[in-house]
Amino acid sequence: MYNKGLEYLKELDKLCDFQSKFVIKADIETNEKYGYFPYGRPIEDYIRQGVINLDKPPGPTSHEVVAWIKKMFNLSKAGHGGTLEPPT
Amino acid sequence: MLSLVVHTTKEYVCVMQLHGSVDDKKLKEVIGKFIGKIYQKPPLRSSVKRTLRIRKVHYIDILEREGKLVLLKIGCEAGTYVRKIIHDIGLLLGVGAHMRELRRIKAGPFKEDETLVRLQDIAEALYRWKEEGKDDLLRKVIAPMERAVCYLPKIIIRDTAVDAIAHGAHLAVPGILALHENIGVGERVAIFTAKGELVAIGKANMTTNQIMEANKGIAVKVTRVIMPPGVYPKAWKSRERSK
Repeated sequence: MYNKGLEYLKELDKLCDFQSKFVIKADIETNEKYGYFPYGRPIEDYIRQGVINLDKPPGPTSHEVVAWIKKMFNLSKAGHGGTLEPPT
Repeated sequence: MLSLVVHTTKEYVCVMQLHGSVDDKKLKEVIGKFIGKIYQKPPLRSSVKRTLRIRKVHYIDILEREGKLVLLKIGCEAGTYVRKIIHDIGLLLGVGAHMRELRRIKAGPFKEDETLVRLQDIAEALYRWKEEGKDDLLRKVIAPMERAVCYLPKIIIRDTAVDAIAHGAHLAVPGILALHENIGVGERVAIFTAKGELVAIGKANMTTNQIMEANKGIAVKVTRVIMPPGVYPKAWKSRERSK
């Protein structure tokens, strides 16, 4: 049985403190020819399909920071996960 | 997919400045009133419609107090305005209060752990890759996007089911290899390949037990496709044998 994918998902569960266990319905198998194990993505794909847990500095807006990230990585698409309430 | 993070539970640390003297007992009592369901109307400077709405405050802990300054830790539903809570606590206390500082310490699965990086760390990691050809630091500062759905129940599907889902098809029982226990109907779930790649997000149409017992039927109604089509071959064409 192919375990690498299942082990990765169990690792994700642990990161989020997700308690449930997996139940198996059929042998977990996959063809190496297609797709990638997430950590094994070629670097360009890894970047494009990645997330950054960024401690944003207090000056620039989230929008500006996203623009910087896009420029640094030469990306056409990037987003952020929400802004804080604006200071009065 | 990032919009999923926007709607997750948040945790904040903030500094409340009281505008008058309040004893610890009264402070604790009034703060207690803001735990649970509260009413809120978004402030003037907001991007959402300003209607009165209910939000859930999971907890408010008093971490430290020094005279008129109070350090609070707050856990709440997405879309809750901490500034307004502080303001209203001040009103109920009678002396008034305002929020001096706010720091979000958790947004769904993202918190202040070793994955939290600064812009400098990203710049350094990029330099190392571009100038030295080493991508190790980059792979440390960036996490696979699957990380963003770690809190959802997960379903692993066959290679042969992937492309159909990537085209927006619903997930039928025969396509499922494994899944989390205790999934309930209507629950949001994340669908993965056997390699651990996120394929799509959906709503469970059957419970885990039903899926384990059945050999047909729609198990999940796909609501958002993440993986583009073409990564895995169409099932009717594929004659590849799995390893």
